[in-house]
Amino acid sequence: MPADPIPVDQDLLTTPLDALHRRLGAKMVPFAGYAMPVQYPAGVLQEHQWTRQSAGLFDVSHMGQVRLSGSNAAEALERLVPGDIQALAPGRQRYTLFTNDAGGILDDLMVTHAGDHLYLVVNAACKHQDLAHLQAHLEGVTITAAFDRALLALQGPEAKAVMAELAPGSEALPFMAGAALSVAGEPCFVTRSGYTGEDGFEISIAADAAAALAERLLADPRVKPIGLGARDSLRLEAGLCLYGHDIDTTTSPIEAGLAWTISKRRRAEGGYPGAARVAAELASGPTRRRVGIRPEDKAPAREGTQVLDSAGATIGTITSGGFGPTVGGPVAMGYVTAAHATPGTEVQLLIRGTPRPARVVPMPFAPHRYHRG
Amino acid sequence: MLKFSKDHEWIRVDGSVGTVGITAYAQSQLGDVVFVEVPAAGKALQAGQDAAVVESVKAASDVYSPVDGTVIEGNGALSDTPELVNEDPMGEGWFFRISISNPGQLGALMDEEAYAAYLEELG
Repeated sequence: MPADPIPVDQDLLTTPLDALHRRLGAKMVPFAGYAMPVQYPAGVLQEHQWTRQSAGLFDVSHMGQVRLSGSNAAEALERLVPGDIQALAPGRQRYTLFTNDAGGILDDLMVTHAGDHLYLVVNAACKHQDLAHLQAHLEGVTITAAFDRALLALQGPEAKAVMAELAPGSEALPFMAGAALSVAGEPCFVTRSGYTGEDGFEISIAADAAAALAERLLADPRVKPIGLGARDSLRLEAGLCLYGHDIDTTTSPIEAGLAWTISKRRRAEGGYPGAARVAAELASGPTRRRVGIRPEDKAPAREGTQVLDSAGATIGTITSGGFGPTVGGPVAMGYVTAAHATPGTEVQLLIRGTPRPARVVPMPFAPHRYHRG
Repeated sequence: MLKFSKDHEWIRVDGSVGTVGITAYAQSQLGDVVFVEVPAAGKALQAGQDAAVVESVKAASDVYSPVDGTVIEGNGALSDTPELVNEDPMGEGWFFRISISNPGQLGALMDEEAYAAYLEELG
């Protein structure tokens, strides 16, 4: 057995829910510079299942919230992302990517047309660099970092009913839409989105009101607190990328299977960093692709596991892998050469020196249950 | 005789045969165990060497042999019911039985009282 987890040192930042997490008995770990709950006493398996069956409350306040305002904000943001931001209707949300000149991915983010501004949510570990990137490239746009705001995610099939009681109107939001709503009397910005594959909401709220709202949500017997451990197993089963693992500066949007985030107009017009590589890969196909992989036995394949073809030659690497509680077995995703990316292809996973049989499969591993409205 | 390692393995010794597992503390730190790989019969192990693998939802951890010896059997029940490690770590959740080749090494391990004190120190 290994030594104990790294103790949470005093240099870590804390979210507005820190005291609540500790009171709930969370195991706190360092994550992206913050002390974050990796699990509560129920444990990762139960937290995962609860989210799929009822509703889970996640503290994602470490993520970066940014507002862009100015009449040209959408057009300006398109200089940095391949997503069709100008076509985003008021109240609608879109997933997109900050790309670099080589066509790699600097971060993935959500953009919502919030009426008089664009509301962005970026990854915690990238937020300062993303902010600097925006400031360097978006002239004439007012950029407001709202890194002090809290962000709560309520995810699962009961999320809609729970939210309907505290935030009338939230139930009418379709998947990938957002609105300024009062939640339990507090002004919030609510989106119908998440990172679990389930129906749910993300609630942006002032830091000093966040703990009270979290407690109000947790007072509902349908809601339990969920840590980063289950957040990871839920998103993996949903086939969603984790930045820094499944996508990074060495992976292109096309290799990553994210061509769906690039509209016809943006494909034709380009005008974002790395557009030439994206166009070339759209035309001729990338040399490797992100795929789902199901080990055929029970051994989980972790990040870094080599993927071999049936003859034993290396054809790729696992970027996320573990046990899928809803699937009831190991699940993984990773990059393999394009010739091996077809679902059904038999591959091998080199786990602790032993090749083990596995198969390329379509994702998600657990069906998405979004509220399409 | 029951002894404990600083890496949170236990070994129950009966004559020259030891049964090895991980402690209640270790399983509580790991969380839900979803996969266990135990060593095959006949495998020669040295004290401190990787002997088995235990995986939670989140991560894989090595289990070390507390003594030198030869594996007599791995606990086959753990392949279908890895949760035995959480439910009964000191009993049904054992990992492997080993023929101890150097009994003198047992003296370097902790007894129950010393292990309890060690856990106190860890907080």
